[in-house]
Amino acid sequence: MRYRMFARGAGIVILLLVTVLAGCSEGPWNNPNPPSPEGKVTYQSVMSPAPPKHLDPAVSYASDESLFLMQIYEPPMGYHFLKRPYELIPLGVESFPTITYLNAEGESVEPDSADVAFSRYHLSVREDARYQPHPAFVTDAEGDALYLFTDPEQGREYGQIGDFPLTDSRPVRANDYVYAIKRLADPFNGSPMLGFMAQYIVGMKDFSNTLQLVPRNGWVNLDQYPMAGLEVIDEYNYTITIEGRYPQFTYWLAMHFFSPIAPEVDRFFRNPGFADRNLTLDWWPVGSGPFMMVKNDPNSEIVLERNPNFREDYYPEEGAPGDAEAGLLADAGKRLPMIDRAVFRLEKEVLSLWTKFLQGYYDRSGEVHGNTTGVFDQAFVVGPDGVELSDDLEDHGITVSPDVKPGIYYYGFNMRDPVLGGYTEEKRKLRRALQIAFDTEEYLNIFYKGNGIPAQMPIPPGIPGFVEGPEGINPHVYDWVDGEPRRKSIEHARQLLVEAGYPNGRDVRTGEPLKIFIDVQSQAISNTSMNWIDRAFARIGVQVEYRPADWNRTREKLLTGNTQIYSHGWLADYPDPENFLFLLYGPESPLICNCDGANNSNYEREEYDQLFRSMRVLPPGPERLDIVSRMVDMLRDDAVWLFAYYPKDIYLNNSWVHNTKRHGISKNTLKYLRIDEELREQKREEWNQPVTWPLFAAAILLLALILPGVIAYRRRLTATARQ
Amino acid sequence: MFAYIVRRLLYAIPILIGVNLLTFTLFFVVNSPDDMAASQLGEKYVTPEAITNWKRKHGYDKPLFINPEAGGVTQLTDTIFFNKSVRLFAFDFGRSESGRDITTDVATRMWPSLAVALPTFLVGIWVNICVALMVVMFHGTRLDRGAVFLFVALMSISYLFYIIGGQFLVAKTWRLVPISGFHTEGQVWKFLILPVLVGVVAGIGAGARWYRTLFLEEANQDYVRTARAKGCSELSILFQHILPNAMIPILTGVVVLIPSLFMGSLLIESFFGIPGLGSYMLDAIKSQDFAIVRTMVFIGSVLYIFGLILTDISYTWADPRVRLS
Repeated sequence: MRYRMFARGAGIVILLLVTVLAGCSEGPWNNPNPPSPEGKVTYQSVMSPAPPKHLDPAVSYASDESLFLMQIYEPPMGYHFLKRPYELIPLGVESFPTITYLNAEGESVEPDSADVAFSRYHLSVREDARYQPHPAFVTDAEGDALYLFTDPEQGREYGQIGDFPLTDSRPVRANDYVYAIKRLADPFNGSPMLGFMAQYIVGMKDFSNTLQLVPRNGWVNLDQYPMAGLEVIDEYNYTITIEGRYPQFTYWLAMHFFSPIAPEVDRFFRNPGFADRNLTLDWWPVGSGPFMMVKNDPNSEIVLERNPNFREDYYPEEGAPGDAEAGLLADAGKRLPMIDRAVFRLEKEVLSLWTKFLQGYYDRSGEVHGNTTGVFDQAFVVGPDGVELSDDLEDHGITVSPDVKPGIYYYGFNMRDPVLGGYTEEKRKLRRALQIAFDTEEYLNIFYKGNGIPAQMPIPPGIPGFVEGPEGINPHVYDWVDGEPRRKSIEHARQLLVEAGYPNGRDVRTGEPLKIFIDVQSQAISNTSMNWIDRAFARIGVQVEYRPADWNRTREKLLTGNTQIYSHGWLADYPDPENFLFLLYGPESPLICNCDGANNSNYEREEYDQLFRSMRVLPPGPERLDIVSRMVDMLRDDAVWLFAYYPKDIYLNNSWVHNTKRHGISKNTLKYLRIDEELREQKREEWNQPVTWPLFAAAILLLALILPGVIAYRRRLTATARQ
Repeated sequence: MFAYIVRRLLYAIPILIGVNLLTFTLFFVVNSPDDMAASQLGEKYVTPEAITNWKRKHGYDKPLFINPEAGGVTQLTDTIFFNKSVRLFAFDFGRSESGRDITTDVATRMWPSLAVALPTFLVGIWVNICVALMVVMFHGTRLDRGAVFLFVALMSISYLFYIIGGQFLVAKTWRLVPISGFHTEGQVWKFLILPVLVGVVAGIGAGARWYRTLFLEEANQDYVRTARAKGCSELSILFQHILPNAMIPILTGVVVLIPSLFMGSLLIESFFGIPGLGSYMLDAIKSQDFAIVRTMVFIGSVLYIFGLILTDISYTWADPRVRLS
């Protein structure tokens, strides 16, 4: 009987449901995390909205990727966790590099000599640094690598790094750092650093050209190919020689590109057939840092575990003012890292991320910038003292880690545009009028809930050259009133328009209304923001037309100078004003360098460029700051950007997470985190008791729906014939 | 039947070539290889050399369709289209633009997709048919009219509403199941309850209404009247007479979907964090990974064609009068 089959189906479904609910008896029903290994403190976090694409330190250049890389690798330099302004410290090396200046003949000269042609950086590698346990280091009795195959079939049984039964390790050596730089230069790796670093590191370009011609059948031992600017002095010492002076090079040494790579690891991953099973250095990083990767499933989660070979490292004893009061020095002197495991789950949707955070299944609201913006409505309320944490969150004991990013988002003018561009006083006044009309404070309050600081200069807070107070304001747009900057009036903007030849927003020569064109990325701006901008400019009689396009088309317009006003952003690679002022350096204009240059405003002033060149090579100090100040003044005078702001992110932490201070530049902060596991378990249990009445209500509702049918059916069966 | 199947498989080849050509053209109309390179390399310090290197490494340094510098047949074969698309016919999917092996990824990700799609599909059909049969039994009554109204209302609600509403109520407010996620260590089923429930509920309106129409057409046939006259019970009429006779249109709509279950669901997988092929496709589109996009479109086309053939075969099982020749 077929209906019996259907009835049986219903029975199975009910049985399944009962079994399922019975299985839910242990712990909260809604716990999405698998049980952690016994006795290991596990940090639960997210990767969002997408998994990392590259984890090869030579290839990766994204902040969500460096979140992983900087826990696994130790580049030569690093940053102090607590001190602000950001402070460099030695990480993979014993001390700061010593720099020798050389003339064109290679002879040593004084640092301030006009003959300086090269700078040689001498680095001494830490002797206590060891790599994580890894099969690449395992050798046989003859000292040859054990897992070295000639045929794809030989290694077929190894699908994951964990499948290799044997692992070994060895100390980090100077040659590993040199090998890593050679990998940057190998065109086969496609490093984004090749073009940039080849301008500085002596011989990098030639090395790259040589390797271009090398046939590729498996691993190429880069040790066999010398690079003029690199020298391994002994097991723990090496030098890097760069062209001229470039003091910012020390900052680059704090980036993962310069982390050590053991040649045997590179060779291991070139085993035939390994790439077909995603066994590559791009997916399985191997370093000497505090953590090592034990699982990389970009579809669901990445798991890091404490590197048992990590050197002795301790929580800092000093911090910035206020850190002690904030409890950030409570763990001073403790051995790092303070957690055993870190699990990063792929979380694409904000609702899921937020819910799990509030349920206590994620320890923090997000690791990378921008994830939490969608939930601000729930997290904050506007109180008498401005934006405050909502009561719900306060009750949960949630704490806030505000973070002003060392970056800047801006709308820039194209200085070559015939209407808005140019360097005459009229054009400057026109641009200043537009700057005043665009009320950045209101814009940030409405669209970003105040999570941004209107920029007075291209250099953000925390970077040398940034100036606070009345001296730090842009005098063309702001006045200093009652201890704070106040935007100049709309009347002033109108007056500037008159002086620029556009009274009431009309061209005095033609009588035509002034219409400005803003190139926007379709997905990056909403209709409401566009309406707001329309209204902002309408106050001075200026009309706005938007030219939306996707990023590729916008990029094309920037490369060809076919814009009038464009939007862009920049996050610092390193905490130096040079990394921001180069955004307006003449030779960086795409129209001049014929490349993807950063100066999309096509700003060209010889004086600015000269100052930039001299500032770039000066050591930190008053002389350099003075030049920076003059450059900033020039940019303000010329009104190169319509508006700009320093982005601010707010990260939330559950009460059991400690040492959560954000670091705008460095991502290797996981080792400082401390978790109170007992409190976490207690809170999770408390917050996640299931509400079961809906199950009973659903069962009753189902019955209520079925019962009338059954009654009607039975009635029909027993009914007498009707006419 | 064998000859019929072979013939249908041969017909599939030009269709697949056409689909490939269309996908390729559409993708490269909006993305040039330079765009892809810039997107993969990031937004900082992207030099022309880096773009050239990337294109060379990934095989995008050739012309799209015709290589005028080559001679003879190589004018057509030494092109991006030939090199990237023809390999698909040998089921050699190659690597994604970020370097991962696509075959491995597809093989891994199809199981989570199936874990959600299969129960949703089976439970959904079972529920829809049961509901439709019940409504048909009370055809013309208030219950029937109320049910049709409810079906239309359910159909009118956006799928997203079911997902977000389900997550909000069941997972966030009542805390009965995890709001999203998927892992195979331990209780996999608890991640499947909500997406399956949402999938089934969201499909009831359209599904039950469609089946009701099919069953009503059969319910008015002479053989039903005869069965009723013979004294068969209503349940027996529904399950033993109407249901088998409505199988042909049911199979037409259902069997074609079976192979596509492997492909997963874009929305469900994205919102519930299921690491299946649906979200794989969505991520690939977002990150301009043409290698994955073309593979997924190709697999989708193959499965669809396979589903159509399977549908034809299923007719012979459902109705012995049908012969494939």
